[in-house]
Amino acid sequence: MSYAVREAMAAFRRAPVLTGLASAMVGLALYVLGLFGLVAHNLRASLVLLEERVEVVAYLRDDVRTDEIELAVGDLRQLPEVQGVEYVSKSQAFENARAEFPDFEQVFADMEVNPLPASLQVQLRDGSRTEESVARIAQVASSFPFVEEVAYGEEWVQRLFTLRRIGAVTAAIVGIAFAVVAALIIGTALRIAIFARRDEIYIMRLVGAKDGFVRRPFLLEGALAGLLGGALALALTWATYRGVDSFLFAIEWIPATWASAGVGAGMVFGVLASSLAVRRHLREVT
Amino acid sequence: MIELTRVSKEYPRRGAALRDVSFRIGKGEFAFLTGHSGSGKSTTLRLIHMAEKPSHGRVRVGGYDSEQISHRELWKVRRRVGFVFQDFRLLPGRTAQENVAFALEVVGTPKKAIVPKAQRLLSQVGLAPKAGALVNELSGGEQQRVAVARALVNEPTVLLADEPTGNLDERATRGIVDLFFELNAMGMAVLMATHDLELIRRRPGTRVLELDEGRLVLDSAAPSAVDGDAQGGRPESREATS
Repeated sequence: MSYAVREAMAAFRRAPVLTGLASAMVGLALYVLGLFGLVAHNLRASLVLLEERVEVVAYLRDDVRTDEIELAVGDLRQLPEVQGVEYVSKSQAFENARAEFPDFEQVFADMEVNPLPASLQVQLRDGSRTEESVARIAQVASSFPFVEEVAYGEEWVQRLFTLRRIGAVTAAIVGIAFAVVAALIIGTALRIAIFARRDEIYIMRLVGAKDGFVRRPFLLEGALAGLLGGALALALTWATYRGVDSFLFAIEWIPATWASAGVGAGMVFGVLASSLAVRRHLREVT
Repeated sequence: MIELTRVSKEYPRRGAALRDVSFRIGKGEFAFLTGHSGSGKSTTLRLIHMAEKPSHGRVRVGGYDSEQISHRELWKVRRRVGFVFQDFRLLPGRTAQENVAFALEVVGTPKKAIVPKAQRLLSQVGLAPKAGALVNELSGGEQQRVAVARALVNEPTVLLADEPTGNLDERATRGIVDLFFELNAMGMAVLMATHDLELIRRRPGTRVLELDEGRLVLDSAAPSAVDGDAQGGRPESREATS
């Protein structure tokens, strides 16, 4: 076993509480990011499902003529993003509403006049459900003089994206806070390790060990702490996923690339934090 | 080999530790560096070992210049210059051989060569029979021999010794100084700091550098020095060529 690996392992035995604490803090920092990843991944999956339901509905005036409707349907079908256009008459709309809200059957029965408008429901092709395409089709539809209003669920889509952004910012702030604490703890753990090995470090320098050789065990120690933290974060995120999936509602597990990137990030973080700490504290041993 | 040119060293609190010191030690030369406590002997050795940089002036060791060398390159100087201390600075709880082997390992000696080379170095300093003994169980003289063996791991061309006999009895002192002269006879330049004038008197003809309050007041090899003074009697304080 090489000197660096031997010494890095020895550091875990020498100060297990501190090294464990450093790993735990890295783990917590990455757990917060893992939770955000879980939410973001499932939100994205939900958005894809919702996106499939995105359609443009043009509500028509009551006095619209049949030839005008046929003309509009023809024009809309010629747009490349449009998959199909369905005309829903006033009476069909009323029947659809009755079927959708059976609890209000009495209300519907008491109505003397059908208040619901006729509409053209425009279905979009896959890949054309972008905000821009939808807005363009809505603009075309609203240009017909017999179209009273066009709706395409703009608000709730925007709200979902806003929620996702808020989640990202919150996760970033909490994640960074944990990361800073983790870096401080890794720094303290390394300072203790450097102090414990100050005689050896002194002799290493005395006889001409290269800087990299002196630093390597400490960097490796940081990498190990980060790797353990990453694994801990993965385990916590998995436990949360299982809990939510089993007891609350069905969700999807994050992609494997995200999980391995998270563990890798822990290791990189450990190396960076220890590199900073070693640079600072090794100067104290001259 | 070693060249100090108008070297001064000042510390923020302590003030000047060395003032305008110049001397040169050639290949295979032996010199005693003497002076009272606080005269600047250790500072001089630390500057030669490039553990510190001079405030003014220049230190050159085996082609390396204190003004030009970067922190990352210091290991190159350290491998050419062995260092021995008064307090040995060995790793306690390890054997004599493990102490030497540790130094060999950290300078990148191939794994298979470490033990044979450690044994050879211990044998060179006359400590082969004690190779397996814990260093804290060895006498002061024996510990210093381990330190010398450790200083030889890179086969240095220069050996610096900072009061290496300060903690030793007379017999051990004689043994260590003899060892230094043996190494010197093999071509190694040796600069030994000591305030033990009796020790210097026992080695007549050896070059003596004397520091006083940070100034080099005697260099027995300088043209102005009187041979007799440097050979035996206490080196008289006199301005050195600097």
